[in-house]
Amino acid sequence: MKHSALQIFRQAWSSHRKWPRTWSSPEPKPAYDVVIVGGGGHGLATAFYLASEHGIRNVAVLEKGWIGGGNTGRNTTIVRSNYLLDGNEPFYEWSLKLWEGLEQSLNYNVMMSQRGVINLFHSDSQRDGFIRRGNAMLMHGADAKLMDRDELEKVLPYLDFDNARFPVLGGLCQPRGGTARHDAVAWGFARAADQLGVDIIQNCEVTGMRIKDGAIDGLDTTRGFIGAGKVGLAVAGNSSRLASMAGLRLPLESHVLQAFVSESIKPLVDTVVTFGAGHFYVSQSDKGGLVFGGDLDGYNSYAQRGNLPTAEHIMESGMAMMPCLGRVRVVRHWGGVMDMTMDGSPIIGLTPVTGLYLNGGWCYGGFKATPGSGWVFAYTLARGEPHRLNAAYRLDRFSAGRIIDEKGVGPQPNLH
Amino acid sequence: MAALTAARSGARVIVADEQSEFGGGLLGTGIEVGGMVARKWVQKMVEALAKWPEVMMLSRSTVTGYHDHNFLVINERRTHHLSNPASLMSRERMWRVRAKQVVLATGAIERPLVFTDNDRPGVMLASAVSVYMKRYAAVPGRSLVVFTNNDSAYRVVHDAIDAGVVVKGVVDLRDDGVSAAADAARCAGVPVYLGHAVTAVKSNFRGVKRINIGRLSADGRSVVAHKGAIECDVLAMSGGWNPTVHLHAQSGGRPVFDETNACFFPGVSVQAERSTGACAGEFDLSLCLVRAVEAASEALRQVGIDPVTVDTPGTAQHSEAPLRALWSIPGDPVMPRGKKFVDYQNDTTEADIRLAAREGYRSIEHVKRYTALGFGTDQGKLGNVNGMAILADALGQSPGAIGTTTYRPNYTPVTFGAIAGRAVGEVLFDPIRRTPMHEWHVEKGAAFEDVGQWKRPWYYPLPGEDREKAVSRECLATRQSVGILDASTLGKIEITGRDAAELLDRIYTNAWKSLSVGRCRYGLMLGEDGMVMDDGVTSRLSEHRYLMTTTTGGAAHVLNWLERWLQTEWPELEVFLTSVTDRWSVTSIAGPKSRELLESLSEGIDLSPETLPFMSFCEGHVAGIAARVFRISFSGEVAYEINVSADQGLSLWRTVMEAGKPFGITPYGTDAMHVLRAEKGYVIVGQDTDGSVTPIDLGMDWIVSKKKDFIGKRSLSRADTARANRKQLVGLKTENSTVVLPEGAQLVNGFSSSRPVPMVGHVTSSYFSATLGYSIALALIKGGRARLGGTVYAPLLDGQLIKATITEPVFYDSDNVRQRD
Repeated sequence: MKHSALQIFRQAWSSHRKWPRTWSSPEPKPAYDVVIVGGGGHGLATAFYLASEHGIRNVAVLEKGWIGGGNTGRNTTIVRSNYLLDGNEPFYEWSLKLWEGLEQSLNYNVMMSQRGVINLFHSDSQRDGFIRRGNAMLMHGADAKLMDRDELEKVLPYLDFDNARFPVLGGLCQPRGGTARHDAVAWGFARAADQLGVDIIQNCEVTGMRIKDGAIDGLDTTRGFIGAGKVGLAVAGNSSRLASMAGLRLPLESHVLQAFVSESIKPLVDTVVTFGAGHFYVSQSDKGGLVFGGDLDGYNSYAQRGNLPTAEHIMESGMAMMPCLGRVRVVRHWGGVMDMTMDGSPIIGLTPVTGLYLNGGWCYGGFKATPGSGWVFAYTLARGEPHRLNAAYRLDRFSAGRIIDEKGVGPQPNLH
Repeated sequence: MAALTAARSGARVIVADEQSEFGGGLLGTGIEVGGMVARKWVQKMVEALAKWPEVMMLSRSTVTGYHDHNFLVINERRTHHLSNPASLMSRERMWRVRAKQVVLATGAIERPLVFTDNDRPGVMLASAVSVYMKRYAAVPGRSLVVFTNNDSAYRVVHDAIDAGVVVKGVVDLRDDGVSAAADAARCAGVPVYLGHAVTAVKSNFRGVKRINIGRLSADGRSVVAHKGAIECDVLAMSGGWNPTVHLHAQSGGRPVFDETNACFFPGVSVQAERSTGACAGEFDLSLCLVRAVEAASEALRQVGIDPVTVDTPGTAQHSEAPLRALWSIPGDPVMPRGKKFVDYQNDTTEADIRLAAREGYRSIEHVKRYTALGFGTDQGKLGNVNGMAILADALGQSPGAIGTTTYRPNYTPVTFGAIAGRAVGEVLFDPIRRTPMHEWHVEKGAAFEDVGQWKRPWYYPLPGEDREKAVSRECLATRQSVGILDASTLGKIEITGRDAAELLDRIYTNAWKSLSVGRCRYGLMLGEDGMVMDDGVTSRLSEHRYLMTTTTGGAAHVLNWLERWLQTEWPELEVFLTSVTDRWSVTSIAGPKSRELLESLSEGIDLSPETLPFMSFCEGHVAGIAARVFRISFSGEVAYEINVSADQGLSLWRTVMEAGKPFGITPYGTDAMHVLRAEKGYVIVGQDTDGSVTPIDLGMDWIVSKKKDFIGKRSLSRADTARANRKQLVGLKTENSTVVLPEGAQLVNGFSSSRPVPMVGHVTSSYFSATLGYSIALALIKGGRARLGGTVYAPLLDGQLIKATITEPVFYDSDNVRQRD
């Protein structure tokens, strides 16, 4: 069924009793051409693009819990392509282009809102860094705008301009950046993939991998053995666990990142704003809650919850940037598990096991990459080789030194 | 009771209670405890507890988070209830408690019933109606109807009669003849409609006017007969009670569904906590008190304290008949209109949940996210269990199989201000570090720059000067005569011990064991990835004693870095590290007249180039102050860094300024320092490097030892790191010598209007050099060393294209004659 205004009218006529299921939940078949492990945004997008771009429809997506329940449902919903390095920017810009047409291609409302992303700077050296990044974005064909303090005072009047410990000097804005509704992204990809014949199988946890002569043969799951011609891993914080089932040790660590939401308040923040003198980023949801986050908790963990010290630091940074937040109440905070790589950039490509492909290492920037990641991963799975856009994200780049270290902090995962 | 047991047994106890006064649910009832009204008994208990010095009683204090390792966060509201709080009193306080044992006695929250029109003003929870009347002496209406599926709501009947409110009837979902409570209501003259349901609520702008009731079918799924209407202005409803399992769940426990009570009980404890009372599913008051003593006793035994025996009082509460869980109550059979709300904050209705299930959103997490069930500020405290049960019904499962969504902090919303505490505002958000000479810089009207936490003088504008003019003047004065710079902020680490040189050898790329006492050497340190991490000059103070300097911003990181290697990888090395950054103030004088100036001030120091050559140091007195004088230069001029004890820094600075007057001594800030060093091609780590630059990229092969091992060495030989066409440090001269390239400009090989354009490099530093009379820049360019003399272009945001020639990165005195003089 295609979603449309007419359809809403028609369904209302029958008291909304005839809406079909958004995605079916079939029993797993004995084998598939391609099995994607991980029913998050990346896994579902991969399945969708495999079916829609490459005509590969005998595909299953295995999810140990409920789809979109990992980092897809835990992030701060920011979409942007404001990257510096050659290995990154073309990929993220392509992803942003896919976002811009996503609702049409999926026939599903993902509430994409291009409200702009503004990164503030507070020193000369930060300004230099942002000018360099903004110029790189422009050279790559993305959009970027350097804003001075006067311009910022007009669009972000709530910032602490005059009394700040680190005065705001300006900001780098990407007007095409913004936010999208995270859950809807998973559901939209699931629905579109399902309609193309992809099997979405929830409550199906992979417990082992069967490898024959160096090539993947299939997966042991809590719902039995499932044969697979090719297997794509898109399991974020659990990448290292899954890869270890194939005997691989990945160059990444799993870390906790927290996110927060406040009570609903009247419209205040109509863009995405990030603080440059501490780590704090915030946007406001359509419901009115401020959605915000900051740094990693800093220790390795698979637990999807964080601790107080990081929360304190984030509130401090928030109030340093926007003192008006003092009486705003924080309703809830939660944690997600980030697969932090040694250079802060993802890994999308082949592994030493034939037929086993990896899409991981998203650190804490995976949400914005969702369509692009699925698109290039589908290409890589279908063709057996990476696309130009993910060629730099090879697993073996670390041993060759082809690192893509956007922040330049070196091989320490919790600093990226 | 639990707190009293713990206190009497000799434990340190914190009692945290969300409400303004202690007593919890007892405050809103007329029940008798220990032969007195509950309220009175509570008062006695509070008085008894207050006598124990080790008991801390926190009211208006909510445990909002239960973290790992029994770490609890308590949000205390200190002034919200005061009309005139003392001005210095904090509004809220966050208690951070690491408890050995936790007893949760968080009670239960009454559940609404899901029936048609249940959102009308005047439809209230039965317990709320009682609390208004019993605790606050306020009647919410004049005529009351009670709608319930359990016995607890019958209490409101008697409370209302006491308060003079007319009770028009009790509509009970349960079938005939089940309850002693119903008999008691009847005795009080209140009609009880067993096996009936409210099917509609009529209201006007004042609220409820009338309700319709009807007889339920045996399975409760339909209304078989319309019974009639009852006029009333308050409808008290009760759908049973949900134990407040939130903190138990936050601690890692998983609540389990109890079929008899139709609610979630705490599951197995993961941390050192136990639930007692209603939050553990014990709804009988007498038993609650007994269980509380038991829970406390068990907790005490766990920490090695023998619990004393505490008697619990009897209560006059009657035992209750079981409830009837009817999660969705059928509406009017003839005219089914109106909505049945499940989440009152987000207007999630029963129909929304069923629609979500039809559309395939079947995990409770999907339903929550699709319908916004439990997304409000109450985080589903009222509606979630009803919602889960309705979903279970739609899917033909039991509520236990559906499970709950995740309980997370905060239990109730907490303000930013409470969590951030005092770390706000210009002064307290992050410490401000000032050098001993700061006062002088302020006097002279310096503009300051934030460098990490430090405030550094940026430039010293004279009246009428802008930044550009001031910087040019400062540079020229230094090159021509003598300039003075406050260099106190550079990180300083004293490295002592038998293996100090060995540590330096492993950390820095160059060799250190050959450095003799009294000499200084420049060093570069790399990360494990072979990329430049920090730099600085290290001096050998004595046989096993070195003073390392780091960049201002990198000081803490470098100390951590050294400690990390010493503690985790090289524990066999005998080396001790001490941060002495704040111990010393550093006055740096540079320029051709600096030696003459220093000679006029120093005692016992021979400044001749033979005795104190470039890259050496000596000790003596300057202006009568004990000092270490280092002959180090970051400007390319003869320069001395005079280190004196921090408390003497300002005094020395003033004396040097005074003595320098005949030479026209000129203070210069970080901006001029940057220009002077760029003229010499000296890099600044973090400005000319970005974590992807090796020493070889910087043209500093000379400092990378081929013989010994050091951190990052192996990475330098990786295929990509050893590649020829990497970005390399070069200089740039613009075609129009007055045009200054913007720092951060990208560089391309030629004009192109299409995108993307291949970028060959970027500008890292760029200034107008007053000394040279033209603009200079440092840049990292792909294969730049092989392109000396070639041309690149910098496209600007406004569409301009600036043409520049690639040069050597050293623009001034490339033979280093001046600084060695």
